[in-house]
Amino acid sequence: MGHHNYEDAIKGVYKGLFLLAAVTLVEVFFSLAGKGYIGFLGFLEHASWAVYVVGFALIALSLYKAYFIVYEFMHMGSEVRGLRMTVLLPTLLLVWAVVAFFQEGGSWKTRRDVIKQRNEIQVKQVPQTGSLIKELPTNDI
Amino acid sequence: MATDTSAVAHANDAHSDESNWDGGTQPFKVSYGKLMMWYFLLSDAFTFAGFLIAYGAIRFSSPSWPVPDFVFRTAPFDNLGLGHETPLPLIFVTFMSFLLIISSVTMVRAVQEGHRENKNGVVFWMLLTVIGGAGFLGCQAWEWTNLIGAEHMTVTTNPFGTHVESGAYLAGDGHGINKGDTFEVGDSYLIHKGDDGYNQLPYMTTSGEEKQQAFGPKAFGALFFFITGFHGFHVFSGVAFLLIIMLNAASGLYVERKNGYEMVEKIGLYWHFVDLVWVFVFLVFYLL
Repeated sequence: MGHHNYEDAIKGVYKGLFLLAAVTLVEVFFSLAGKGYIGFLGFLEHASWAVYVVGFALIALSLYKAYFIVYEFMHMGSEVRGLRMTVLLPTLLLVWAVVAFFQEGGSWKTRRDVIKQRNEIQVKQVPQTGSLIKELPTNDI
Repeated sequence: MATDTSAVAHANDAHSDESNWDGGTQPFKVSYGKLMMWYFLLSDAFTFAGFLIAYGAIRFSSPSWPVPDFVFRTAPFDNLGLGHETPLPLIFVTFMSFLLIISSVTMVRAVQEGHRENKNGVVFWMLLTVIGGAGFLGCQAWEWTNLIGAEHMTVTTNPFGTHVESGAYLAGDGHGINKGDTFEVGDSYLIHKGDDGYNQLPYMTTSGEEKQQAFGPKAFGALFFFITGFHGFHVFSGVAFLLIIMLNAASGLYVERKNGYEMVEKIGLYWHFVDLVWVFVFLVFYLL
């Protein structure tokens, strides 16, 4: 932000390149480590907490990359407050969308299991005794 | 129009509401074009978010989901000369990410040279940006060709499955799986396609049941092709607009405007946004 000096501005750009590339490499490393590809971290594949820790780290690093691109490369940092807010505040709505739809997804999963289960329930033939409804011969239906 | 004296008194005051509403001032201190580019990008962000959230919701609703580092483990030139059996998880797509990051950086340089009214600098850095974007598209074309042509994934068929129980294969597929090979819960597999259709291998579970490899969740292929396709379409349009604006810049059109190559700045915003979206596509499709 506020690079008035041309040489400083150029230096800032290459610092940005290094930063984004480094964060991307760290992300790939975390992702592969979480799946047990990195030799000495192989135990993570079977650790139940690893998926949450790695997932959280990946999401945090990606949000940092997004912040860097918007604020430094797109110069959002040097725009006036009103413009920043009109663009950034609406994206907060997505937080609710993520929470709600992921919750919904989880619910579909359990519903799907229930539906599958109920589909397999066999109808039991109960002999009808003393029924008021006269049983029709099958060829009448 | 109000013509009372107070309005006249405030007419020259840049901070008064009356003069703001009279037009001619920019409340956000950016041009109309740049402001509208920001709002277009905001709306585009919602479109992509809709796609990615749908991916998340469907993934959460499925009992199993293809593991990304199993699906995306190939690279051009027969896995960079290492052969088919050597998996290269996420390596090729990391290279694609680097291409987009680098082209984003060259775009920043083009905008900087524009501010200095340096025509040759603008054209040079925009050309590098175009090359980066075209390189990314080329990589994506290879990735799609491999998925469709070699691995036979379609919008409605997903041959990438995950074992939900442990067991041993009763037949081999000639692609690395031999008869008698064992597998565990959570192991991934690719159902290969031969002359007589998909070859779903039979296997015996540890509990003694005889079963057949099942196809993976159907939605995976459709989501992959639609989301990466929609992003690729953005890259393609970006490259086209970059080319047009680069040629305009080279012809000296923006020299006469004397506005610090604002058109380059606007396409720059769009191009960074394409990179920004890729950060999230990369996150949800490949990393998580």
